[in-house]
Amino acid sequence: MEIAEELAKQQRAISVAEFFEKNRQILGFDSAPRSLLTPVKEAVDNALDACEEMGILPDIFVQIGRRGELFHVVVEDNGPGIVTEEVPRVFAKLLYGSRFHVLKQSRGQQGIGISAGVLYSQLTTGKPTRVISKIGPGHKACRFQLMINTATNEPEILESVVQDWDRPHGTRVEMELEGSYVRSRRQSIYSYLKNVAIVNPHARITLKEPDGNVETFERATEKLPKPAYEIQPHPRGLELGGLIKMLRYTEKRKLSSFLKGTFSSIGTITAQELCDLAELDSNRPPSELTYREAQRLIEAFRKVRLKSPPTDCLSPIGEELIRMGLDKEYRVDFVATSTRSVSVYSGNPFLVEVGLAYGGELKSDGKVGVLRFANRVPLLYQQGGCGITHAIENVSWRTYSLSQPGGGIPTGPAGILVHVASTNIPFTSESKDAIADVPEIVSEVELGLKDVGRKLRRHLSRQNALSARREKEEIIRTLLPRIAEKLADLLDREKPDINPVVAKIMSSLLVKRKLVLENGQTLVTIEVANYTESARSFRLHEMLPLEATSVDPSARVVPIGDDYDHLWDISLKPGEARRLSYALPAEEARFSDLVVEGQPSDVVAGARTVET
Amino acid sequence: MSDPEQAQEKLLSMVESLYDQFQEGIVPYLALPSRTKNNIEYDKDGEVWVYGDQKSLRSVKTIRGAKSLLRTSHLVELLIKEHLRHNRGSTLREIYYISENWDLAKFGEQGESDRLVEDLEIVTSLQREDFHVRPEEDGATVFGPLEIREQTRRGMRDIHCQEDVGEAGYQIPFNVDNIQFKDHDARLVLALETGGMYARLIENGFDQEYDVILVHLKGQPARSTRRMIRRLSLELGLPVAVFTDGDPWSYRIFASVAYGSIKSAHLSDYLVTPSAQFLGVQPTDIVDYDLSTDKLTDQDLHALRSELTDPRFETDYWKEQIKLQLDLKKKAEQQAFAGKGLDFVTKEYLPKRLSEMGLI
Repeated sequence: MEIAEELAKQQRAISVAEFFEKNRQILGFDSAPRSLLTPVKEAVDNALDACEEMGILPDIFVQIGRRGELFHVVVEDNGPGIVTEEVPRVFAKLLYGSRFHVLKQSRGQQGIGISAGVLYSQLTTGKPTRVISKIGPGHKACRFQLMINTATNEPEILESVVQDWDRPHGTRVEMELEGSYVRSRRQSIYSYLKNVAIVNPHARITLKEPDGNVETFERATEKLPKPAYEIQPHPRGLELGGLIKMLRYTEKRKLSSFLKGTFSSIGTITAQELCDLAELDSNRPPSELTYREAQRLIEAFRKVRLKSPPTDCLSPIGEELIRMGLDKEYRVDFVATSTRSVSVYSGNPFLVEVGLAYGGELKSDGKVGVLRFANRVPLLYQQGGCGITHAIENVSWRTYSLSQPGGGIPTGPAGILVHVASTNIPFTSESKDAIADVPEIVSEVELGLKDVGRKLRRHLSRQNALSARREKEEIIRTLLPRIAEKLADLLDREKPDINPVVAKIMSSLLVKRKLVLENGQTLVTIEVANYTESARSFRLHEMLPLEATSVDPSARVVPIGDDYDHLWDISLKPGEARRLSYALPAEEARFSDLVVEGQPSDVVAGARTVET
Repeated sequence: MSDPEQAQEKLLSMVESLYDQFQEGIVPYLALPSRTKNNIEYDKDGEVWVYGDQKSLRSVKTIRGAKSLLRTSHLVELLIKEHLRHNRGSTLREIYYISENWDLAKFGEQGESDRLVEDLEIVTSLQREDFHVRPEEDGATVFGPLEIREQTRRGMRDIHCQEDVGEAGYQIPFNVDNIQFKDHDARLVLALETGGMYARLIENGFDQEYDVILVHLKGQPARSTRRMIRRLSLELGLPVAVFTDGDPWSYRIFASVAYGSIKSAHLSDYLVTPSAQFLGVQPTDIVDYDLSTDKLTDQDLHALRSELTDPRFETDYWKEQIKLQLDLKKKAEQQAFAGKGLDFVTKEYLPKRLSEMGLI
């Protein structure tokens, strides 16, 4: 027998379940703490997805108990439940799920997660997983004990009972497995659920820990997130093979109706435009298109101006809820958020949201904390290999007032939250730890980060300006008068007028009146100087008991009651000064405050201000 | 020394210029030479280092500046109203405590009040003694064939600095200008950093054998000690040699005797002895005499490197010595000579080194 024939005898298909049995690290069962976290994470993700679909506020209960060397995990939700026939396959068949073929944002994608947990449990303990599910108040609950037949990747039902359950609807999974429970670390069940709570403020999550301690992450809002709708694929970024497959299997008879009916963002006009560009007859049956023609169509997709994909397939957290979530978990001084508009990579719409918390109780030494989320699921592992992290490292944070020693993650009292929502998140591996470096996504994250960075810089410079202003006020209120007083005392002279100096220090608009007595006349000069950094236009009022003489420059005079209001309209460039003068008979020289109209009171020194 | 009238006048003219700035609407400020390494330069005529043209402005625009001007006006008030008008005085430390009553203008530490007194010296071109401000007694001493006459509160005293003093020597008063030099038999002034070496030379009779006036510097020398050395050098025409430890901090002690210090370059004309020569311990001595050494610390290395850019050390001699020491990465104390026997320093090292320098 030839070698090739020998080898051919040994060739056989490998069951997916067998494959994962040997490669469990791919699914996130590589370390003991993580092996406990992964099934919890998968069950919680499923629960949140299910509740969202049904439009109810999730109430999720997680319990971790110790059974000798092993751990006993319970995850129960108030979701819509699973119909009896589906339960075995949902829990005990890998790659079985409702979401893989749907273009819509959801936490689960492939249908591996929870069944991998079941597989891991049976591998480490030899025990089945128990599931109870109920689909509504009028129904009975079904209870199963399930294992996976690893050779065939089919469920093995050890027990199946119909029974009463006191919940109106929901699902409860119970399994035993090897692992270890840690609390303090960043990558723990506790911090996972805490981060889930930040981006799912509509959910209530209760965690009962092995030592009996109960943590409840309360709802921050009763408002459900906007539901995500299923959409058709967007043509931008579509690959040739994908298009050829669609052309072959479509039920549409004409190319134009295929284009309109299969893709989002294509209407009659765009469909015609595409056919023209690709030099194809819009009435051709799609299935008859040749390889070359399909290629021309792909090129046409790239050339034509397409509407952005519809946003309703995605469910962003929203800036308000990001703010609330960050506020709830960290006591901070400042939160900036940014939501990018929907973009597309390889035909998949995606959207990036960024939040930045600053100050307060956040530690100022060390690198800033990074919270990564994909479709509202926290990403705890492989931070260094994640596209989000790389985007953070690409931004030059010094520009935005955070230090960045040696490049990389910035340092300072800040926390960064990045959420990527997409109909299909491009993870680097099946354990869904890190988002791949897809250029479109990385660039959108960078833009969002720069946006919150700008907001942070603005906030900080405003803070600095405020403290500079406070400092000046201290000088003026306490120090200057005392210096002036001491100097006058030492020289045995009058206390000097400190107003001109005050105006200069405060960068304000200074108005000052000086009087000289001459031949029974009071000669008045008013000096107006602009020490601010911008041009100032205003009206100056001098209220006098009679009309003044020798007024220079001339003033408009308006009699008011017994008095005469003298008005000058003045415009001064920064640093410019002007002198006004007039005369009054000395015995009539009674003055009230000068009034500046049309400037805020905090920039004017030496006069009252009125609103225009 | 200037009379109290003149001191008062100078202080008041500074006050008046601040007052006028207020009147003219100029944000009040004082301009002082900036007292940093970058702003001292060599004055060829006086052969000393003085401040250059860089000014630092103390303006009321900032809280720091405003506080400093408020302190200045409080201090001037004290000097005029308490000191000069009533012929009283205070020590630097007392001034720091007096400021306790100035609330906002209170000094945070004595270094601040000391610096402000120096600032007033600079602005008025006077010395703190003119304002009746005294340093704390530091007790630096002199021993050798020198007879002086001191004006004390209890009348004139004639003192011979070998015969009329105890083992420790004659204590230099804070106002050195109150003494006159009557007579001497000295060939040379030898200034010593450490008390240990000062006592060793007295015990070994080095002052008598070689007719040397020994001055104990007590580390970084006080103004009075430096003034004393300058007067010995100028008035008696004696050469001066400075003998310190062999480390970067000790070189600065020599520099402050010979070139002036960065802090008090405004008084260089009064305190500095430009003809003073460095005796040792030289880095080359470490090699030649195989002295026991310590390793240079990081601070030592930093100080040495910064001396390479210090204008006071800009000579071939110093560049060579400093570079050698940077290579050796070692330092030695004066007392290291004791390892070769208690008489080694007076019998071997000093005679050899002093004749090398052409001083004996």
